[in-house]
Amino acid sequence: MADYDVETETLVYERPDSLTDLSTHFCPGCTHGVAHRLIAEVLDEMNLREKTIGVASVGCSVFSYNYFDFDFIQAPHGRAPAMATGIKRVLPDRTVFTYQGDGDMASIGMGEIVHAAARGENITVFFLNNTNYGMTGGQMAPTTLPGQKTSSSPNGRDVESQGYPIRVAEMLAKLDGASYVVRRSLDDPKNIRMAKKAIRTAFEVQQRGLGFSMIELLSICPTNWGMTPVSSIQWLQEKMIPYYPLGDYKVHPAIAEIKF
Amino acid sequence: MPPKGRIKVTEIYCKGCELCVSACPQNVLGLANDHITVKGYHPATLIAEGCTGCGICSIVCPEAAITVYREKTVTNRIPV
Repeated sequence: MADYDVETETLVYERPDSLTDLSTHFCPGCTHGVAHRLIAEVLDEMNLREKTIGVASVGCSVFSYNYFDFDFIQAPHGRAPAMATGIKRVLPDRTVFTYQGDGDMASIGMGEIVHAAARGENITVFFLNNTNYGMTGGQMAPTTLPGQKTSSSPNGRDVESQGYPIRVAEMLAKLDGASYVVRRSLDDPKNIRMAKKAIRTAFEVQQRGLGFSMIELLSICPTNWGMTPVSSIQWLQEKMIPYYPLGDYKVHPAIAEIKF
Repeated sequence: MPPKGRIKVTEIYCKGCELCVSACPQNVLGLANDHITVKGYHPATLIAEGCTGCGICSIVCPEAAITVYREKTVTNRIPV
């Protein structure tokens, strides 16, 4: 039952059905929520909700199963792509995706993600990059920018002793098994719309059996960065996007024909 | 005449992050400083006339807390 007058008003936007009624545990302004919302909207649009299985990782994304209103399981730390591989092979008609953060995927789960991509598993991976370990208190992650202060690199990341950040999208794009690897940002309305299109494309890739797809989403972490949400967005635009350029890193020729 | 719209903020979700306030192209969003939600945040609300129902606030909202409605004009009115 509509709670507005359908004769005089149109509904522009409402909360997607694939999200539960639960309020999230994310800090105010955290773009994890935007990523959740976009995935839910795309699954609603594609009418895939009844045939989707999500795999949550460890980190702030660990409670995804509470917020998505479809089948969900939670994998051991970093092992979501391995678990998704098993599910997809046993139930090939289901849409299987993993939802991982940078601490989970780019650190402990690096082996799993690289081999899942190399095997060309027909799964979709959402990779939230917020340059730190959000849940445990903002420690340095493999994606932390050079010079960035975190709780475990209080003087800023020193590349001499702690190495350089890993650009996951560029790395996975070099693998023959990967079909669709892109990087998007969740900072402004235009980029959020482009991220939604990329999510749609990734699910289409999986529906058509074209192989491995991964979307890296640049995200903010206002609490651990010690900023307000609005200034975190500015920091993302000024510091993260130059280091992690947005764009399509691998688009299989068969995917280039998919248009929305 | 620009189109008219309105938003409804579901206060159990809103955490007062102000992302919608900074994104609103009409600058008609603000925080309701006169009351707090059950979680203790000042929720987002319309503070001035002029909402066009563009839906930008709902695109940036991390909590999917905003429902957006737009008034039908004579030209886009669909018979129901």
